[in-house]
Amino acid sequence: MSKQTLEFHWGKHHRAYVDNLNKQIKGTELEGLQLGDLVKHAYNNGNPTAYFNNAGQAWNHDFFWESLKPGGGKKPTGEVLHLIERDFGSFEAFADEFKQAAATQFGSGWAWLVGIPAGSHGEDKFGKLAIEKTKDAVNPLVLGHYPLLTIDVWEHAYYLDYQNRRPDYISTFIDELISWEAVTARLEQAKATINFYDVKMSSI
Amino acid sequence: MAGLTLPASRRLGSALQALIPVTVQSRGFQTYSLPELAYDYGALEPYISGEIMELHHSKHHKTYITNFNAALEKLHDAKDPQSIVALQSALNFNGGGHINHSIFWKNLAPKNQGGGEGPQGPLASAISTQFGSVEKLITKMNSSGAAVQGSGWVWLGLNKELKHLVVETTANQDPLTNKGLIPLLGIDVWEHAYYLQYKNVRPDYLKNIWNVINWKDVSSRYEEAL
Repeated sequence: MSKQTLEFHWGKHHRAYVDNLNKQIKGTELEGLQLGDLVKHAYNNGNPTAYFNNAGQAWNHDFFWESLKPGGGKKPTGEVLHLIERDFGSFEAFADEFKQAAATQFGSGWAWLVGIPAGSHGEDKFGKLAIEKTKDAVNPLVLGHYPLLTIDVWEHAYYLDYQNRRPDYISTFIDELISWEAVTARLEQAKATINFYDVKMSSI
Repeated sequence: MAGLTLPASRRLGSALQALIPVTVQSRGFQTYSLPELAYDYGALEPYISGEIMELHHSKHHKTYITNFNAALEKLHDAKDPQSIVALQSALNFNGGGHINHSIFWKNLAPKNQGGGEGPQGPLASAISTQFGSVEKLITKMNSSGAAVQGSGWVWLGLNKELKHLVVETTANQDPLTNKGLIPLLGIDVWEHAYYLQYKNVRPDYLKNIWNVINWKDVSSRYEEAL
């Protein structure tokens, strides 16, 4: 991911979302809200308000930069790897599914690794990892899911470096850029609200 | 009484208007191929770079066609309603991409082929009556185009029943006909349409593209549609 891309992506696109959001909420009761809460509020149960796009994109880009690191990628270790292998079969299967989701998001959007709480109808007795894709500014927070990792697949994220070759960008992201440390830290936080293991076992 | 024979040009009028090259596979379904541009990739410079035009036509549009044809093959082979219905988003997205870009290439022309020369005739009157002036139409299209969040298009369309010109936007590759309007002029505001040259400054791309808009094509679509 080139310096030029980061200069534009962070310095222009992300900055514009933040500046415009601040303008939109200035002087309103929304000003003091945490960004995650603002996003959910703006989503308005599927009927988004005028500031949803800026709020969602501001949150998504913060999360994206923290999902990257120089010399990243390769495989995770520890509990992240364990859960990936449990819920996808293997790291390779996870990577394939993640690449597929990111490549097939029509138009602008994001692909995510998320934690999903146990099912409300009891069919899932414990939380699990899953891959999701969202369009434009939408993110898993509004679905009640816990984001662990994201890749931006809006064209501005990769066009200077890869042009139309989105799959090459996605492969590079997986091989070289993911901060598995960030994912690990988020998984730890997710465990405060999601139980990833059989309820009976974890009470031992 | 002998049947009426229209001159060949009239008979083929609408088909020529579409001018989307097709072949019929030996298995009995139609597939599509990339239409040629009426100008070189570099001909729209400095308003749209040759690099963008080449990628946009030979990669992006080509991919929509490839994927549309693949979806059509699956449609041909589908054995149950569920499989058929499951193809609708691929058909809408890729077919729409093919439709929209085929219109777009013709909506553009280099200056030496009339690009940028304002509308004449019935379209000019309609624009004047309904928007006040071409400049006002351009302002409206540019602000609508700049406001598209994510990927999409801004259009000048015709509501045929009301004989009304409309500025409308569509998301992703949804064809304007999905909204019941006839497309006359479309401007692609997907980032791939401008990013290499204009980066995040979509408004500059929108301001400049009017220098290469082929109003003759837009007018003939208008007259054909009425």
